Amino acid sequence: MKVTAPQMGLLQILLEDLFERLGVEFISAPESSEEALEIGSRLGPELACLPLKITLGNFVQGLEKGADTLVMAGGFGPCRFGYYGQIQQLIMRRAGYKFNTITIEPPIGGLNKFVAAFKKLCPGKNTYQLYQFIRTSFLKAQAIDFVEKKSLQLRAYEAQKGSVSKAKKRALKILGGAQTRAEIEEAKNAALEELDNVALDLSREVLRVGLMGEFYLLLEPFANFDIEEYLGHEHIYLERGVYISDWISPSAKNKVFGLPHKEIVKTASPYLGHFVGGEGQPTIGHAIHFAGEGFDGVIHLYPFTCMPEIIADGILPKVIKEHDISLLTLVIDEQSGRAGLITRLEAFIDLLKSRRGGAGRRELCKVI
Amino acid sequence: MSRIKIGIPRALLYYKQYPFWQTFFEKVGAEVIVSGETNAQILNTGLEVAPSEICLPVKVFYGHTLSLSEKCDYVFIPRVVSVEKEAYTCPKFLGLPDMLRALPNAPAILSIDMNAKKKRRYFYQSLLKLGSTINKNPVAILKAYKAAQKAMEIFHRNKSLLPPFEANNNLKIGIVGHPYNIYDPYISLDFLSRLKRQKINIQTLENVPADCIETQTASLAKPIFWTYEKEVVGTVMHWLRTKAVDGVIYLLAFACGPDSMMQVLIEEEARKHPEVPLMSIVIDEHSGEAGFLTRLEAFTDMLNLKKAKMARA
Repeated sequence: MKVTAPQMGLLQILLEDLFERLGVEFISAPESSEEALEIGSRLGPELACLPLKITLGNFVQGLEKGADTLVMAGGFGPCRFGYYGQIQQLIMRRAGYKFNTITIEPPIGGLNKFVAAFKKLCPGKNTYQLYQFIRTSFLKAQAIDFVEKKSLQLRAYEAQKGSVSKAKKRALKILGGAQTRAEIEEAKNAALEELDNVALDLSREVLRVGLMGEFYLLLEPFANFDIEEYLGHEHIYLERGVYISDWISPSAKNKVFGLPHKEIVKTASPYLGHFVGGEGQPTIGHAIHFAGEGFDGVIHLYPFTCMPEIIADGILPKVIKEHDISLLTLVIDEQSGRAGLITRLEAFIDLLKSRRGGAGRRELCKVI
Repeated sequence: MSRIKIGIPRALLYYKQYPFWQTFFEKVGAEVIVSGETNAQILNTGLEVAPSEICLPVKVFYGHTLSLSEKCDYVFIPRVVSVEKEAYTCPKFLGLPDMLRALPNAPAILSIDMNAKKKRRYFYQSLLKLGSTINKNPVAILKAYKAAQKAMEIFHRNKSLLPPFEANNNLKIGIVGHPYNIYDPYISLDFLSRLKRQKINIQTLENVPADCIETQTASLAKPIFWTYEKEVVGTVMHWLRTKAVDGVIYLLAFACGPDSMMQVLIEEEARKHPEVPLMSIVIDEHSGEAGFLTRLEAFTDMLNLKKAKMARA
């Protein structure tokens, strides 16, 4: 069995780690690219959202590299994401591809179902062993997220442009080799130290912006035109509402983002009193959280036709007015271009600067 | 004392639930005002205030809601989370009251959570709370609930929202899609009347028994977790597999999230049953009548030709 899975930012490192533990041969799909998007847009339904199309392209490219089994994420609605796997399978079978599938249902739908998918992947292991593998890989995911979080914060201060991105690469390499839990802990410290060693210019005027919205667009740099690196180089201190470990297990006490899921939901409920699938409700909560932390602005990212985020989009104008924070909404589809996006970001940064009276925040913001 | 006026927007789930809520509010002692038929003004208001990315029927809903602001004390917008245990409705119905409340000029909104995943008593409790805004007597609220249930039974027995008309049975066409698109003549460019004028026998989703829909969709690899979309897919599967109609027209709104997935299932099914032609029509606020009519005519002509050919053979 040779498995492949969609690309979603740093998720790939985690998948490689997990499959190695499970003893399953994993064929990494090529990184998301124009080509993957082209395949996905050609085969996929016109009205589906961007993530479906790009991940469809990932699957096809993974199969072309020799994989025979696709690992898909499941779900029970109401977001479309839960039906992706079915639709993508249908489309690929129709296009003549041959493959097996294994669907991983989210742990919230019952741990048994969740573990069952892994038992299919490696029949020899018992539930306890599998749980230990997953747990260890999850710890690695969290360590990766801390590296992400720190680089988002530090990039605004880097003395030499690009040095944080280079340090992040080194940090991820250190983490990649870690096997046991003790090693992961050690590697995490070494990785964070790698970032600590980057020379900073603390006299710099820095704006603070929160990123929130649909998880795939937040996590996949190809889909969001690597907005994070661009903003960091423009001296913007960033915080992101969703990290990979939040996405995998939102119910777990998450300390990467800073607020547990429950808290976020509570914050959002005066404006949106019910979950609406995806990150719809958390997006509202994140906006309020960022405003409370004194951020200069928030950027709401989502794919065109995304249902939960459209609901948030309809409510956010009221939220930002009452919490006095600036908002930029970026809706992205396969027609979006980088130049147009950058123009809008530039305008937004100018707006934030002028709201500050020309001067950004001088003191160093909280860095984990 | 004048009666409290409750406004009900003639959009979205109005087409599924209006007898229930109209009866309920009238019986508890309120005056019910249903917004008028969709027109250019309602649509334009909706286009102005609704998020631009949202589907046409929700934009229309915004327009209907605002058209009621001056006319009533409250606009009633339920939050329909789930109407059966194993499924949700479209996410937009989950956030609808909150979206409308977020409008700067929002009218007073009355809402209730309808969630079949929760125990029945939650619904009774919320219904009592909802009714008490109008009538403090719990017995009256309970009676109103019973009457509303009865009204729904009659509604379900009548099967179709389509007033009866004379068809010549030459051609039988199944029209499928969300009722709020099909039965709103402004959204659907009045295509039902056009088919009626041609005396075509029109079948709708309501003509297909619920158990048929369940049996058909049970053959899918993964259950559909949206109730109303399951109905649409199940209906098409039933028609195609039993050849109950000569052709199927599938109407969907641009940017409809669930239908973007269901369309793939439906078209796959149509591929397996080429003897019953299926046409998908995507509508949005820019839909032009001319292009729409051309496609409709071509489709009915094709069905007529096909039928004549078969009669000759």
